[in-house]
Amino acid sequence: MSKYYLNHLRELESESMFVIREVAAQFENPVLMFSGGKDSIVMAHLAYKAFYPAKIPFPFLHVDTGHNFDETIRFRDALMDKLGVNLIVGSVQESIDRGDVVEEKGPNASRNSLQTVTLLDSLEKHKFDAAMGGARRDEEKARAKERFFSHRDDFGQWDPKNQRPELWNIFNGKKNMGEHFRIFPISNWTEMDIWQYIVLEDIAIPNLYLAHEREVIERDGVLLATSDFITIRENETPEMKMVRFRTIGDMTCTGAVESTAANLEDIVQEVASTRITERGGRSDDKRSETAMEDRKKQGYF
Amino acid sequence: MSDNSFNKEDYLNMELLRFTTAGSVDDGKSTLIGRLLYDSKSIFEDQMETIEETSKKRGEEYVNLALLTDGLKAEREQGITIDVAYRYFATPKRKFIIADTPGHIQYTRNMVTGASTANLAIILVDARKGVIEQTKRHTFIASLLQIPHVVVCVNKMDLVDFSEEAFYKIKDQFRDFASKMDIPDVHFIPISALLGDNVVDRSENTDWYEGPTLMYLLENIHIASDQNHIDARFPVQYVVRPFRHDFPDYRGYAGRIASGVFRPGDEVMALPSGFTSKVKAIEIEGEALDEAFSPQSVIMRLEDEIDISRGDMIVRVGNQPEVSQDIQAMVCWMNEKPLQPRGKYTIKHTSKNARCMVKEVQYKMDINNLTRMEDDKEVNLNDIAKITIRTTEPLFFDDYRQNRITGSFVLIDEATNNTVGAGMIV
Repeated sequence: MSKYYLNHLRELESESMFVIREVAAQFENPVLMFSGGKDSIVMAHLAYKAFYPAKIPFPFLHVDTGHNFDETIRFRDALMDKLGVNLIVGSVQESIDRGDVVEEKGPNASRNSLQTVTLLDSLEKHKFDAAMGGARRDEEKARAKERFFSHRDDFGQWDPKNQRPELWNIFNGKKNMGEHFRIFPISNWTEMDIWQYIVLEDIAIPNLYLAHEREVIERDGVLLATSDFITIRENETPEMKMVRFRTIGDMTCTGAVESTAANLEDIVQEVASTRITERGGRSDDKRSETAMEDRKKQGYF
Repeated sequence: MSDNSFNKEDYLNMELLRFTTAGSVDDGKSTLIGRLLYDSKSIFEDQMETIEETSKKRGEEYVNLALLTDGLKAEREQGITIDVAYRYFATPKRKFIIADTPGHIQYTRNMVTGASTANLAIILVDARKGVIEQTKRHTFIASLLQIPHVVVCVNKMDLVDFSEEAFYKIKDQFRDFASKMDIPDVHFIPISALLGDNVVDRSENTDWYEGPTLMYLLENIHIASDQNHIDARFPVQYVVRPFRHDFPDYRGYAGRIASGVFRPGDEVMALPSGFTSKVKAIEIEGEALDEAFSPQSVIMRLEDEIDISRGDMIVRVGNQPEVSQDIQAMVCWMNEKPLQPRGKYTIKHTSKNARCMVKEVQYKMDINNLTRMEDDKEVNLNDIAKITIRTTEPLFFDDYRQNRITGSFVLIDEATNNTVGAGMIV
């Protein structure tokens, strides 16, 4: 074998660093969307690597539904301090208070879809012309067709049938005033790649990803952590279980899985043998078969 | 983190192979992809449940694996693939990225897109039909885009009784027309995607076939030398200046090595200025490398302070690319609005942007019979043509056949900002 070859993680890393640098070079006012989840943590790590020894030359944006795990917020704040990055928080609560959005009612109420409005408002308010996100093509079938550089119109909408061709590693970020781009530097990573890379690079992650004991209820086949934001129905009984989270989002729709994987190595093993996609635990995607495409068209991540 | 039995090096032995599949539903392309994903355990239970449910709802007799790849609502409704879809699977040996592209003539643009980053192309031929126009089209695109490896899967062997004769006849047919094209490495495999013969497991029905299964080939084909490790080219993407007291006067050039190998101490030249210097250091996150090669993303520092910015290129003294404002290229047209003769476009080539004018359309390719059309020069969506362009400033480039990065460019419509053409420099 030639000595000039990169293993798959280094090749993906190299591709993502290239994309992140393109964003910094091509746009005037980019931002990195940071949720506190593992994908955005890997993105932060890649951005750090891409510009070191200079600081990351763009701020981070957290669209905060207000329904967070405390651990996520603590972790987020510590990481921002370490990276010296300016964090902007777009608050869904404020969008609700202003009357820009109306909160869903009922036991399945989630603020997940409301994030779109807050996100678009935050982008407009700060005049961001490129928003980088940690979405991956392997997550969901509509995302499988997403570009690295995804053009959005004046209304922040995605037109999947009319996407710009994207060839080689040439990325066209040209746009008119008022339009912006969503950029997905880790498009080609899979859940497995993310975990392997976290192990390889020794990246710190919130403990929510590791198995721990937590009170949960089972709803529509998904384990939800009990909290002030969840209305427990009559037929539901909270139980203590050993669980971990495969994705971390809004507490009302992020499902846990039963697991004993207490360290990263165990997680890699678990991911290798698992038979359900990670978004299988997301009740927001279960609403309909094209739930993700519909949300994306409106300007969701 | 504990350091027990877990071995990080295990990961280091996995290579990434990007391949493209072109074909229509009739070829069994979706069935083949479905089988690769299924047999490598890359289809998850909930994905399977979703498509089973949808198949049932639509009254289909069997689980329609095409639903796995057709992601958009419009595609599901119309039962066609509109766009390139990217699929991922891994075996213990390799990680694979499939660029799954529709095969009909209207979608040449998507095939070209999928092919632009592929190491390998799978071309499906129906054992009953043999080499047809579509096969030629796919092969031509693989050759035009310089995909290093082509695997011709002669599919539906079960419908020709696994006939050795049928297989070899197609092999000869293919070789015959492909001899005119530039394809360095071709393999032929008799398969049945539906029944699984020679896809992952060896078929008992083809004892006359001594070659590898498709999966074996995908896992083992030698791809490390697909990269150009000879011509050192480093397009500067971004200038890193930390303004930190612990890094005074630091000036690093960030970029991804397009080709070749760079080492500290190398004599290099910056283009377009022509100033020379030596490589002082090559770094990733502050860590110094002994050498760096494509496709690594690194920061390069030079001994001398010379004026270099985004769009410039660092090359080795003694091995320089062509520098010119006049460029000949094969272009695939990607937009409904035809190419405008003498029209002005933005050209994007490596990290450089310039403007250009299309001076001449020399000929258009008839991609069904691979002949040149010298009379019809209107270049429409999905057409492939040879053109001459003149740029406002010199580009530094190589022949696409030598270098897929420095030999490629896109054309951008200045009114719509849309990417309208994909060019390969000849």
